[in-house]
Amino acid sequence: MTDIVLRTENLTASYDEHIVVKNVNLSIPRNSITAIMGPSGCGKTTLIRCFNRMHELSPKAKVEGKVILIEKNHQIEEIDVYSIDPMLVRRKIGMVFQKPNPFPTMSIYENVIAGYILNGIKLKKSEADEIVEETLKKVSLWDEVKDRLHKKGTFLSGGQQQRLCIARALAMKPDIILLDEPTSALDPVATLKIEELLEQLKDTVTIVIVTHNVGQAGRISDYVAFMYLGELIEYGPTDVVFTRPRHEKTEEFLSGKIG
Amino acid sequence: MLAEKLNKLKEKIVEQGNLVESMIEKSIRGLLTRDKALLIDVLQVDEPRANEMEIEIDEMCVNLIARFHPEAKDLRTIIMILKMNNDLERIGDMAVNISESALFLIERPQVKPLIDLPKMAEETIQMLKDSIDSFIKGDSNLAKNVCERDDIVDAYRDQILRELITYMISDPTTIERAIHIERISRNLERIADLATNIGEDVVYIVEGKVIKHGRYKETEQGGV
Amino acid sequence: MKSYHFRILKSKIISVFLTLFAILSTVPFLLVLYFIIKNGISVINWEFLTSLPKPVGEPGGGILNAIVGTTILIIIALILAVPFGIFTGVFLAEKGDSKIAFLSRLVVEILQGVPSIVVGIIVYLWIVKPMGHFSALSGGVALGIMMLPVVIKSTEEILKLIPREIKEASLALGVPYYKTILKVVIPAGFSGILTGILAGTARIAGETAPLLFTAFGNPFLNFNILKPISAMPLLIFNYAVSPYEEWWAKAWGASCILVVFVLTLNIITRLISKR
Repeated sequence: MTDIVLRTENLTASYDEHIVVKNVNLSIPRNSITAIMGPSGCGKTTLIRCFNRMHELSPKAKVEGKVILIEKNHQIEEIDVYSIDPMLVRRKIGMVFQKPNPFPTMSIYENVIAGYILNGIKLKKSEADEIVEETLKKVSLWDEVKDRLHKKGTFLSGGQQQRLCIARALAMKPDIILLDEPTSALDPVATLKIEELLEQLKDTVTIVIVTHNVGQAGRISDYVAFMYLGELIEYGPTDVVFTRPRHEKTEEFLSGKIG
Repeated sequence: MLAEKLNKLKEKIVEQGNLVESMIEKSIRGLLTRDKALLIDVLQVDEPRANEMEIEIDEMCVNLIARFHPEAKDLRTIIMILKMNNDLERIGDMAVNISESALFLIERPQVKPLIDLPKMAEETIQMLKDSIDSFIKGDSNLAKNVCERDDIVDAYRDQILRELITYMISDPTTIERAIHIERISRNLERIADLATNIGEDVVYIVEGKVIKHGRYKETEQGGV
Repeated sequence: MKSYHFRILKSKIISVFLTLFAILSTVPFLLVLYFIIKNGISVINWEFLTSLPKPVGEPGGGILNAIVGTTILIIIALILAVPFGIFTGVFLAEKGDSKIAFLSRLVVEILQGVPSIVVGIIVYLWIVKPMGHFSALSGGVALGIMMLPVVIKSTEEILKLIPREIKEASLALGVPYYKTILKVVIPAGFSGILTGILAGTARIAGETAPLLFTAFGNPFLNFNILKPISAMPLLIFNYAVSPYEEWWAKAWGASCILVVFVLTLNIITRLISKR
């Protein structure tokens, strides 16, 4: 039995009566990188937005089924994500978006601890300094920005901004971070840097990444899920899915015939 | 990411190389010292292990290609490792053949003192060693050198065969034993061929040039 | 080839014409500015800015009552229009698809088109009549109503320009919706909102009509918002229609100050929105 951190049970999500995620059952192993791939419009982004309850923010959005977060502190605790405060869920399950989106009015320093500032969680100066340094080191941004921590985050390059956004999510010490096509707005070098970074991060946090790029899923993931027309077609270790997929649709997608 | 995994794969293929090399070495030593345990070890421990490793390496190669779409040198390396893997497993099988014949021979009186066969084995093992070394170091000169030494081993095999024929003609009771000795020398010769293949593969990895089948001398880039 | 050269000539002539008209259209403004400064600048001095009007015939005197009055009226208008305007603007930007938003947008647009004198009359009916006398408060309310559509529109437009991702980033950190609006969305649009407020201020600073039956005017210095108060445009109006030549000079001076004030606001607005 692998160590599972998040599990969905018959998860179905819709916008305005239009079902975009159909009856998905998925278990995500702890401290691993799980990639969710599929052609555009297959519901992969909606699926992860159900994990941290961002989906319900869209007008006329509906979610059925369960999302269970399994926390392992002193003992194992199963949390039904839809039975607690969504604000709490989002602090336990962080998110990074397609376009780098540091807060334009905040400095780099403030952006890292934005989760604390905006939630009104008071930090001592020393605590804040420590979190900022530690987190920026984790995303290998510290050396690049340590001399200009109090400048605006929007002055950084796209790749640096995206790493800052990852740092902002990590600073809240979440169980999982969800990345929604985090490199689609970046150049190849910045993309590679983020991919390498994710590989290092998986020791401290579970990573779920949505990507429409088969190559990226292959390069970085330990497990891969293939979605098509809202359904979870295939899910398993990347080595297996990439070399001998069970489902014909997966085969077609991997060989570039669909999507 | 790819670099890291490629290194693991290289380590694995070298491990496989060392394993089959030790299998040949053990089967010859078992023959010469009449050590039955050593020979049985080759058959019962090393051979299954080599087969297992072959499958493992195959899978690693396929996974790397499927997931990383390697190009240029990385691609050449993985494809050649795939071929080397095949050759090494075959070498393992030949070491098994040698051990089987050796098991037959050590139970029986000697046809003749074995003089050329140990020398031939030594040369063959050295060729295999050098081909693997050339892979580790990416040394295409050493690899080419291995290919050139194939003739030495061929000469040994012819020499041994001629000698055995005279024994068989003069005393037909030696035929069965002589055939086993010949089988050993033939397997050693095949191993040397496969070591040559590995050498050729290494040249292809390092230089991107095909030197097989007489293309040896055309060292310039093989345009159409 | 002939027609080719003819075409080039034609397009040159047109472009010369266009440039000419563009220059011509600035002429009225430049003339206004020229006359106002020419006639007004000589009147303006320290005394003019810091003393109260004196009866006709007495030399000296100034327009302090009007400067203070306009300042107080603008402050009252800002207090009313800024919070209302920003929150309505946020609502329209956030819940732009709802029926209420549709109605409210319609109302805002109509309000923008209501003649200012009508606003004055309405406030007269609402406040001046029940109170029984004119007051600074009623003038401020009238100006506030004039300003409201400008603030609402500019807030809505600027907030729509703020990427959705910024808001989502905040929500995804577990920040509640209202905090996200207050601490992330509004600060991100701050300069735009400020531009709207300044533009609104510039718009109301010179309004005369709504003040006629509300603030009414007052020759004395007044800080009580429940009493009638003077204002720059009122003073200019009263002085300009008077039969006294020295009052006409003062009207020019006051006009000059008012124009410079509005012009400065407009320039600041431009500078902020350019950044």
